[in-house]
Amino acid sequence: MTTTLYQIGTFAAGNRLLAPEQRAVQSSTERGNAITSGHRACRGCGEALAARVVLDAASRASSGRMVTVNATGCLEVFSTPYPESAWQVPWLHSLFGNAAAVASGVSAALRATGRDDIRVVAQAGDGGTVDIGMGCLSGMFERNDDVLFVCYDNQGYMNTGVQRSGATPPAASTATTRPVGTSVGNAFGTGKSLPLIAMAHEIPYVATATVADLHDLEAKVVTAMSMHGARYIHVLVPCPLGWGSASAETIRVARLAVQSGLFPVFEAREGAVTAAMTIRAQVPVEDYLRPQTRFDHLFRGDGRPDVVAALQERADRNIARFGLLAEQPDNPPDGRPQDPAPLEKETP
Amino acid sequence: MLRQLEGSRAVAETVARCRPAVVAAYPISPQTHIVEALADLVTAGELASCEYLMVESEFGAMSACIGASAAGARAYTASASQGLLFMAEALPNASGLSLPIVMTVANRALGAPINIWNDHSDALSQRDAGWVQLFAASNQEAVDLHVQAFALAERLSLPVMVNMDGFVLTHAMEEVDVPEQDDVDAFLPPFQPRQWLDPDDPVTIGAMVGPGAFTEVKYLMADRQIRALDTVTEVAAEFRAAFGRDSGGLVRPYRTDDAEVVLVAMGSTLGSATDVVDDLRAEGVAVGLLGIGCYRPWPYDEVRAVLGGVPRVVVVNRAIAVGAGSVLGRDVRLSLPGGTTVVHDVVLGLGGRPVTRAGLRELVLDVLAGQVPDETLHFADLDREAVHRELAREAALEEAAR
Ligand SMILES: Cc1ncc(C[n+]2csc(CCOP(=O)(O)OP(=O)(O)O)c2C)c(N)n1
Ligand code: SF4
Ligand SMILES: [Mg+2]
Repeated sequence: MTTTLYQIGTFAAGNRLLAPEQRAVQSSTERGNAITSGHRACRGCGEALAARVVLDAASRASSGRMVTVNATGCLEVFSTPYPESAWQVPWLHSLFGNAAAVASGVSAALRATGRDDIRVVAQAGDGGTVDIGMGCLSGMFERNDDVLFVCYDNQGYMNTGVQRSGATPPAASTATTRPVGTSVGNAFGTGKSLPLIAMAHEIPYVATATVADLHDLEAKVVTAMSMHGARYIHVLVPCPLGWGSASAETIRVARLAVQSGLFPVFEAREGAVTAAMTIRAQVPVEDYLRPQTRFDHLFRGDGRPDVVAALQERADRNIARFGLLAEQPDNPPDGRPQDPAPLEKETP
Repeated sequence: MLRQLEGSRAVAETVARCRPAVVAAYPISPQTHIVEALADLVTAGELASCEYLMVESEFGAMSACIGASAAGARAYTASASQGLLFMAEALPNASGLSLPIVMTVANRALGAPINIWNDHSDALSQRDAGWVQLFAASNQEAVDLHVQAFALAERLSLPVMVNMDGFVLTHAMEEVDVPEQDDVDAFLPPFQPRQWLDPDDPVTIGAMVGPGAFTEVKYLMADRQIRALDTVTEVAAEFRAAFGRDSGGLVRPYRTDDAEVVLVAMGSTLGSATDVVDDLRAEGVAVGLLGIGCYRPWPYDEVRAVLGGVPRVVVVNRAIAVGAGSVLGRDVRLSLPGGTTVVHDVVLGLGGRPVTRAGLRELVLDVLAGQVPDETLHFADLDREAVHRELAREAALEEAAR
């Protein structure tokens, strides 16, 4: 039996056991540093970390020929308190709900004026993506405009004080879904998976990622940047302030979201899933929920085992749907996408 | 060369000759013929290196123009009515970011009740959005204003809205001279953006500005708008020199000397109003006309210079400020501080009700006969009987409910 040496952990910057071409952009002293220190994000902000990784990778992949469009939200506010700016790349903020359309305009302008060597990356929070920005985003997908759109999903309207968004998970307590009276927090709705909606547009590339695996996130950005047309990456970014998790736990909480099955990490091309990151050992959703005060009410007193069970059901469903469990002991563990057979698209 | 053309077609051909790099548009009556014609021109390859984005909404259209303009490209869109409102959030954004976008508005009423016909409610609802607003009196002027609009926008680095009356102008077949390509090229140099999203010299556009500097930014914006008054005059003069036509400019006074009463109007009404002035003058009635060509920035000095000593002014309002009175009339009143001029604020031609020569003539004569109030908004073409009937019915219902 052959023994494969796997790196465990986060594939963090500077992993010397990886071949040079596989190493993280962040491991290089030459990295562009698209967003510099000094911005006003909270300690442990997953969004700030993801944005740095995404834009540094995109910048390197485009040899610095890149323009960024940003929706309103935490990222925009904490990075540009006039007269300061944390951005080292050309950066445009217009409104909350129009980042995709603005990016389409930038892309069209560059094409029309013969500068299409310059690439366009748009970024928004989950609110700016799945709710108010969805019309413009769907238009951008449908036209297959040459834009990479990145959603930093912290599962709520954090910039305005942690209100519920269409991406807030069931049972989460937010400023507008307090578990008071008989409420268990955010309602168990049907959910809104923007990655699946993006796939329904059959765009060239869709991927999900988290800040628990920055190497995977970078690799997906590099893949996306090697392609043209509409591309979408959805990154889960824990928000210590909104989730009530410790600043030092951002990476661990993101990893638990993946290992519980609540946040499937996968890639899709032209509407079909082509790879999913498998879970070596599924952890109970409770392990993910407990470190976050937004789920405290599920464990206070007698707790709400029924609600936890309902969340567990959702995680199990993801695992079945995306084939997330590594069944073979030899299967590559966390962090190594494998290639399952493409999933049939579910017809409603 | 004069050709018999529909207004929309003439505007589309003119816009094409202004060589926009990005056109982003969403259809709405009565703007549709403009964007259809532009789509044809782009598809047929008559507009070299132009990207036509068929966006999912007017909000998307204006947003794409914002992106295109910030990326250093000449950007154009067209809309009307509900469409203009649908992009409302992006309008002050475009002006706040100093982006020289040009937009045609095929002026149309605002619903409810939904109504596709002409008045000025749409454009005037955006009067404080920071856009330069020009109004065309004829299709020839609409054509000429578009050439001027791109020059103005880029010289000022401000967005410019060219208003033309929906249907009345957009769908009217008339003889129009669409400026030749060479002449447009000579008049309108290639777009040189003040700043753009250059990877070699990165800029942050659209930062968060707090109380520490916000007022100053707004002051500079307001100041630039006021300075635009000179540029509007300048560009109109240059246009006259280049094309030999009087189009654009701030105001258009007509036979206002020694006038007893002066009509003030914008848009296509000016055509009929000019005829009415000629007719009444021939009958010995001392009437004049002041056309407003540039509604924003508002030409205070020019309006005061014309109306200052006039005994009576009649403002033809094609939009109302519900609960307050008029929109255009207020600007006129503010231009006449402390004077003796009596201002009659008249509403006419809402939602496509025709503004006829007979109607305007009657209005002037009624004013001179002292039959039009000057304190309250006067609805000149109202079916009073219908309104009274409805008011009586409502009163009866209220009474019954008591
Ligand atoms: C049209 C509009 N509606 C509402 C707002 C207020 N607003 C600004 S940011 C924001 C929340 C942003 O949430 P999200 O996109 O998830 O980004 P986050 O701050 O969570 O990173 C809201 C509601 C706005 N700026 N514009
Ligand atoms: S509130 Fe959340 S998303 Fe916003 S800066 Fe703080 S940690 Fe980041
Ligand atoms: Mg959010």
